[in-house]
Amino acid sequence: MYEILKAEKLAEKIYLMDVHAPRVAKHCQPGQFVIVKMDDKGERIPLTICDYDREAGTITIVFQEVGASTVKMGELKQGDGFRDFVGPLGCASEFVTEDLETLKNKKMVFVAGGVGAAPVYPQVKWLHEHGIDADVILGAKTKSMVILEKELTAVAGNLYVTTDDGSYGRSGMVTKVLEDLVSQEGKSYDVCVAIGPMIMMKFVCLLTKKLELSTIVSMNPIMVDGTGMCGACRLQVGDEIKFACVDGPEFDGHLVDFDQAMKRSQMYKTMEGRAMLKLQEGDTHHGGCGNCGGDN
Amino acid sequence: MANVLNKVPVREQEAKVRATNFEEVCLGYNQEEAMEEANRCLGCKNAKCVEGCPVAIDIPGFIKEVKEGNVEEAYKVIGKSSALPAICGRVCPQESQCEGKCIRGIKGEPVSIGKLERFVADYALEHDIKPEGAKETNGHKVAVIGSGPSGLTCAGDLAKMGYEVTVFEALHELGGVLVYGIPEFRLPKQKVVAKEIEKVKELGVKFETNVVIGKSTTIDQLIEEEGFEAVFIGSGAGLPMFMGIPGENANGVFSANEYLTRSNLMKAFDDSYDTPIAAGKKVAVVGGGNVAMDAARTALRLGAEVHIVYRRSEAELPARVEEVHHAKEEGVIFDILTNPKEILVDENGNVKGMKVIKMELGEPDASGRRRPVEIAGSEYEIEVDTVIMSLGTSPNPLISSTTKGLDTNRWKCIVADETSGKTSKEGVYAGGDAVTGAATVILAMGAGKAGASGIDEYLKNK
Repeated sequence: MYEILKAEKLAEKIYLMDVHAPRVAKHCQPGQFVIVKMDDKGERIPLTICDYDREAGTITIVFQEVGASTVKMGELKQGDGFRDFVGPLGCASEFVTEDLETLKNKKMVFVAGGVGAAPVYPQVKWLHEHGIDADVILGAKTKSMVILEKELTAVAGNLYVTTDDGSYGRSGMVTKVLEDLVSQEGKSYDVCVAIGPMIMMKFVCLLTKKLELSTIVSMNPIMVDGTGMCGACRLQVGDEIKFACVDGPEFDGHLVDFDQAMKRSQMYKTMEGRAMLKLQEGDTHHGGCGNCGGDN
Repeated sequence: MANVLNKVPVREQEAKVRATNFEEVCLGYNQEEAMEEANRCLGCKNAKCVEGCPVAIDIPGFIKEVKEGNVEEAYKVIGKSSALPAICGRVCPQESQCEGKCIRGIKGEPVSIGKLERFVADYALEHDIKPEGAKETNGHKVAVIGSGPSGLTCAGDLAKMGYEVTVFEALHELGGVLVYGIPEFRLPKQKVVAKEIEKVKELGVKFETNVVIGKSTTIDQLIEEEGFEAVFIGSGAGLPMFMGIPGENANGVFSANEYLTRSNLMKAFDDSYDTPIAAGKKVAVVGGGNVAMDAARTALRLGAEVHIVYRRSEAELPARVEEVHHAKEEGVIFDILTNPKEILVDENGNVKGMKVIKMELGEPDASGRRRPVEIAGSEYEIEVDTVIMSLGTSPNPLISSTTKGLDTNRWKCIVADETSGKTSKEGVYAGGDAVTGAATVILAMGAGKAGASGIDEYLKNK
């Protein structure tokens, strides 16, 4: 068992946990992810690495409730644990292996939407520790959904917070902030890293194509094993098929076929809905959903 | 008394019944049947069957014990050569190995060696007969990567020689392809695989799950930081291949690996598990190997009408005859000499059909089989909602790309000596699908055996 040393609710439906996983903590790099499995019958769920402590042997994960499994996971407390916790998976962010001097001359902007703030944080932190301050645009639907603001403030160059409803920081989508910064506030960037909901990454990429700003995105498609074995996570990137788990999760955002990726992520939507219903109704669930073993 | 020219028939679940459940198809021999079948063995001095066995089991030796009703002794004879007899008795292609060489087969049917092996192994599992391990350890640490057939065999053999062995497994369950690939109805997971692995544990082998070598740690780190003196790589096949035809990324197109992993490893066929599977109502499985048969028969059990779509003729099907026979009995439809051209997709991105073309056989190709050639103008559409691609795999680069000095060939398979498993890197040995590309359980076991003796040789002379 991989023990949970800390469990915290960051916002509505968003949780942060520190998990004891020394092998992962020793080897992980910004950009990589883990797969967790709650119990014997649970799914394998890919999750972002938000932070790591090599000495304490811990990994910080952040996740949002999206289906029955993540709802159950949100109920875990300090002292509980995961049956399985495997990683680090995927490739590290490209800049980790880049020449530091070249990197120092690049102006980077990160665009973090919703829980996308979690994978952005270790990247910005790594850059900060290597003497590079990157700008960060941190977006959320509303004030209460803004996460990791304090942590990002400590490591970012400029941090621009925005909410869709204008309840905190700037007002409007992350794309608006990026466009304002570049076209009206005299900012110029060499690289953009956008991580968040697929639809956000798609629109950031449409904008940065126009701005001629090369953009990296981090994809989180449906996965099973996460080691290259099953191909569930395949994506169309330019004229190639890539596996997000071994070739990614980060790709050139201008080459990713987001429309196809979004369709693929809907594949189990109906089944997820049924599983959710079963979870909510618990023992009182008596079928009628057609596929869950209830007695109709 | 049955005709001595024929095998004692083995009891099976009836095709119509088993097509709707995941219980094991073949029920195996009981002791009476096993002893009767064992009596058909001529006990050849210069036994051809042993030559046909990749791990060289003393076949006449164990059968002699069965004849006399000494099943425990029979198990010990097999145990000298194989750590996984209950598995091999079920999934080895005996018809082209031991049984293919049996003298009885010249006139009549060969001795049913596979079913006898299975009987002996199941008896040992039921009666909890312990394998014979080493008296004491020799203090040398060996790491084995992967808990599939090659890794388990290598680990078991090394433990018997006294080595301290740790097996690292990337997934959350032990067994590799035995648990994620081969379905429950051919190889029961709890009753057979888990128990047989338990026997390897009893030999003193340690296991660590959730360790992806190349990511969680590397081979160089295992040697430099964790004190392992030798490493055996049995990491298995790898990345599934697709055809590269239009529509292949549509929802409803799966690799056989994904479909089988969801059902076998994640137990998606069982509602009490959380992982979903899109069973499909009308399924096309593209390919003709054992994996294709497994995927087809799984889809059938999940309630679908299933078609095998294969570009050559039935004679070229690479799957075992027994598997093809079982699939047909259960109702899988074979569309042979047929090849997909395009997967048809609806406006929501879901599979709605497949455009295929008829093929005919031309001149023999490099593999010696007659090359399938398209018949011009013979395209037609079939209505399916699920397509399972079972076209083989290409090697996973996780280990080769993170291990200094480990050579791969032009197909990206690890280069290893056939008789010792020795690779280009000192102290590192390899075998199984990571070396050969996708092959059989027993060949991987043979390679695991070779690796164990190679490592033993290396560490003794170090």
